[in-house]
Amino acid sequence: MDGKGKTIPVLTVLAAVVAIWYACVVWMNAPFEYDKAERAGTEIGFSQLVSNTMTQERPVLPAAHQVAEEMYKTIVLKKFTSKRSLVYHGWITLSATLLGFAIGTALGILLAVGIVHNRAMDKSVMPWVIASQTIPILAVAPMIIVVLNAVGLSGLLPKALISTYLSFFPVVVGMVKGLRSPDRAQLDLMHTYSASTAQTFWKLRWPSSMPYLFTSLKIAIAISLVGAIVGELPTGAVAGLGARLLAGSYYGQTIQIWSALFTAAILAAVLVMIVGLAHSYVLRRMGQKPEGAAT
Amino acid sequence: MSHDVVSAKDLSLTFQTDDGPVHALSGVDLSVKKGEFVSFIGPSGCGKTTFLRVIADLEKPTGGEIQVNGVDPEAARKARAYGYVFQAASLYPWRTIERNVGLPLEIMGYTADETRQRIARTLELVNLSGFEKKYPWQLSGGMQQRASIARALAFDADLLLMDEPFGALDEIVRDHLNEQLLKLWDKTDKTICFVTHSIPEAVYLSTKIVVMSPRPGRVSDVIESSLPKQRPLDIRESEEFLKIAHRVRDGLRAGHSYDE
Repeated sequence: MDGKGKTIPVLTVLAAVVAIWYACVVWMNAPFEYDKAERAGTEIGFSQLVSNTMTQERPVLPAAHQVAEEMYKTIVLKKFTSKRSLVYHGWITLSATLLGFAIGTALGILLAVGIVHNRAMDKSVMPWVIASQTIPILAVAPMIIVVLNAVGLSGLLPKALISTYLSFFPVVVGMVKGLRSPDRAQLDLMHTYSASTAQTFWKLRWPSSMPYLFTSLKIAIAISLVGAIVGELPTGAVAGLGARLLAGSYYGQTIQIWSALFTAAILAAVLVMIVGLAHSYVLRRMGQKPEGAAT
Repeated sequence: MSHDVVSAKDLSLTFQTDDGPVHALSGVDLSVKKGEFVSFIGPSGCGKTTFLRVIADLEKPTGGEIQVNGVDPEAARKARAYGYVFQAASLYPWRTIERNVGLPLEIMGYTADETRQRIARTLELVNLSGFEKKYPWQLSGGMQQRASIARALAFDADLLLMDEPFGALDEIVRDHLNEQLLKLWDKTDKTICFVTHSIPEAVYLSTKIVVMSPRPGRVSDVIESSLPKQRPLDIRESEEFLKIAHRVRDGLRAGHSYDE
């Protein structure tokens, strides 16, 4: 699909979302304005109401431009080292995300290699891997933080481990499928060469699994970010996007909550995009047939 | 010590399946001599591919004896006695043609220099010089299969095992590749075991035709071809050719049960 064909539908959807958002802003913030007018004993006109609902300091639902303004102030105008800079908080969360993603990917690949090559692991590990994901992370996260704190680990690593806990799963599942994707003839061929298990792995299984790996990594990087944010919530962390969300909700700073949310969403989108670029780069290097090319 | 490249005595192989045992091979006695071009022909389920896979140590027989180059198939495989050509070209899509042909050489630990020379030589043998840097998807089906033959030839095994290598190709490409394969056999002095569904293909290519029949898979006729070694394509209209083809057809009919 070409870029032009996508622009109009995307803009249409965006415009609709913004329109609904602003309608909700008026609707949800109006009760507060009516109350205020009643207490002052005055009547409030519709146009006054609309403009008031969009300029409240602690609205139930902040308007898009309020969030944008707050993000501009806290991302662009504030110094990066300031405790009020979202770049500062974003970096704290991002570093935990990336560390957790790296450990999760390595762990996922190792488990998948074990599962594919070892019958006992194939039978025993997978059910545990699946069971691990049925436990709500919000319930486990505080325990992980507390336990690790007790053994003297605090700061970056505990948060990263929560990211790991979430991100290794899609990697295991994807890589088990990927490493098993070579067909019978491709494997038989290796057998006729009397290739060792290591040779079969590096020359056949590993390259075959690349498309599966990158598909898994796209999911893994996004949930790593979720993991890092969740990891910041139960500890009452003072820094990170999760901490901003928490602080915002303590003090009713809805604009701050929404700014942190959007920053997290943008960060996730950028991370997924980077993995996507790496995906197409690697597959191009592997001589993949360009899309739409004739055979 | 015999000079047989392949010799099987009372060979049998039974697969245990959920529907009970399947007798893929039963009581097969056969020998293939050095330099022969042997075709295996028969309907599906007659065990022709299974027999080839037993030679290649891709399946283990459940009874009888088989020797490849005077040793058991596993030892022969480890001694790199044969090159195997599969029904599908099975080229690795992330490797260029030259790196596909070089794959067995990489695994067997040839030097970079030796590898380069062998790739060039075998690609020339199958008329694919100039396509070294192409990826498999850039080649036609016939060219891909030629590349896979080059890959089987690259490490100089004396025995070439081919499992319906041209089965998926159209008639015109098939004729062309048959002709090329005969030339290649003539030039390289290899022993070739060739599985096929096609009577003309079997008769045209072979010095010996093994007719097989199913349930249980067994040899029903072995025909020594009287055709000369030099075979232009139009030999297929000669009386001699038709006579052999007729005998193959008879053998297939006799072995085939029509009760289904």
